[in-house]
Amino acid sequence: MYGRGLRALSISTVVAVVAALTLVFFYAPLEAEQGFLQKIFYLHVPLAIIALCGFVVGGLFAIGYLRTRDQRWDFRSYVVIHMSLIFALATLITGSIWAKGSWGHWWVWSEPTLVSFLIVFLLYATYQPLRFSIEDPERQARYASVFAVTAGAFVPANFIAVRLATEFLHPRVLGSTSNLPGSMALTFLVSLVAWALLFVTLCKYELTAKHTRFQLRALRRRLSGEQARDTPPRRSAAPQHPAGTAKLGARVADGGAST
Amino acid sequence: MSAQRESQVAAAQRESQVAAAQRESQVAGASREGELSLGAGAPAGALRAGEGTPAPTVPLRRAVGALLRKELLVELRTLESVPGMSLFALSTFVVFHFALNRNSVEGDLATGVLWVTLLFASLLGVNRLFVADAEEGGVDGFLLAPVDRSAMLIAKELTLLCYLVVLELVAVPAFALLLSVPMAHALPDLLLVLALADVGVAVVGTLVAALAVQTRARDLLGPLLGLPLLVPIVIGAARATSPLLVAGHAGTPAARWLAMLALYDLIFGLIAYAVFDFLLED
Amino acid sequence: MIALVAELPALPLHTAGKYVAGAYIVAFAIVLIYVAIMAIRLGRIERELGELLALTEDDRLSGRGAGDGKERADGSQDVSNTPRESAPA
Repeated sequence: MYGRGLRALSISTVVAVVAALTLVFFYAPLEAEQGFLQKIFYLHVPLAIIALCGFVVGGLFAIGYLRTRDQRWDFRSYVVIHMSLIFALATLITGSIWAKGSWGHWWVWSEPTLVSFLIVFLLYATYQPLRFSIEDPERQARYASVFAVTAGAFVPANFIAVRLATEFLHPRVLGSTSNLPGSMALTFLVSLVAWALLFVTLCKYELTAKHTRFQLRALRRRLSGEQARDTPPRRSAAPQHPAGTAKLGARVADGGAST
Repeated sequence: MSAQRESQVAAAQRESQVAAAQRESQVAGASREGELSLGAGAPAGALRAGEGTPAPTVPLRRAVGALLRKELLVELRTLESVPGMSLFALSTFVVFHFALNRNSVEGDLATGVLWVTLLFASLLGVNRLFVADAEEGGVDGFLLAPVDRSAMLIAKELTLLCYLVVLELVAVPAFALLLSVPMAHALPDLLLVLALADVGVAVVGTLVAALAVQTRARDLLGPLLGLPLLVPIVIGAARATSPLLVAGHAGTPAARWLAMLALYDLIFGLIAYAVFDFLLED
Repeated sequence: MIALVAELPALPLHTAGKYVAGAYIVAFAIVLIYVAIMAIRLGRIERELGELLALTEDDRLSGRGAGDGKERADGSQDVSNTPRESAPA
């Protein structure tokens, strides 16, 4: 039952986001160095943190699948990774805008967070093609879980590596989260909570919608009198037959993926 | 590759796979019948006795040795991967000469050329690593043998490592020759960096190869999956190598990069070991 | 309230403002695009559900059971097939 609690969640998300934006624009003081431009910090950094946590959580769910072979874990893993990919894209775009504003270039190699994100984004962008190109649903779930675990472990290693590699000749372009004065820290925290709630709400939304589609498909199969496949007693979230599997991987590929 | 070579590969695979499996099951049978433990003893093989497959009764070392022997034998007979990788590296150096419009490179530029070339040549080898097993049923044969499944992981990693070593034996001197790179006095350090990086590429490459081999677009997905995962290795290796390829007074690789390479190798080795079994099922 | 307004930094509309606005607009747009995609999906779900209801109507009218010959108790209720699980948001 994925839809339960969705209403309360969305309402709290709305409240949190409005509160966060209010604090950002009406409460947080102007920063000395970057002035008004620094306000992007309250958007970019929470998005980054949430995306990274999302990728790691996707790996944890994948471990859950590999241990229990319950399709629901794989389902959650897929949705969380997909949402984190979108948040990672948003991180890259907002980070690029920030870089342009404060440094004059749309891309800077001297900002380790952005660089790490680019690498992580390139890695996870292969997740859906990987799923889509394996037809057998059980194998698809298994291989995707292995990938999610490996990539989830890779994320922190990659961050450390890139941070080591970045020359500290010029100062960090986009500032850091340490030494924040109280009012800024509060604003940052509220923003973090708000965007995290948004992430969770959107994930739940996605899970509910997908699950509804699967149930409809199962219902259609039953009504048109096809042989009922032996579905396990628990509802399985991932589709049981290849057509459904293709849908799972191709949501974004939109029929443009070739053999 | 002609159809003849393909069937050669298949035949070689089958015969050595069957031979290896026969040997191992003989060993296992003997030990079960007489309740003896052979040679160095079976405790190492009995590590994962809780799995669905027959409890492994063959020591890991022995299984890995047998598999490694098979892999190298097949490669020697068919010469599929290593000559291709080496030739690719040589051609790439030539391309770099024209692309950069230089007769000699050193420092950061040399480092870049070397590591990019080695990386892409390795990916060629990675692509072919599991293909023969997947297509000819070598994996199924392996699953029937009473050995720990990690034996295949370790054997494949060692195989890839061997390929990389041979590749570098060819490519690095060629590099020094074709692009007049000064590396004589930094050779021991360079070898150390190469060794550490090779281990990393072997570990990551094997994992990625196993993931990609079951997909439809395996030649594309392998490099796509592998390149981001290999970036930290490139970072460490390049940063470590760049003070070495300088004429005159060469520097030494900073310890932090070597440490980073070693740590990455270790972490990924452990992850691959934990996760590989799930890729081999059925 | 007055104190809050006094804290208001006069929103400067020089170049920095444009970048900040751009960044927040991008985030907002991504969320809205997602909402749009979900809206399209919801329309599709609704349509499929309507088709399935029509299918049960046909079944009921033609006297067939639900797929495997089970008889209906009496033909009056057919809303039992409406999946209640897909709770409205």
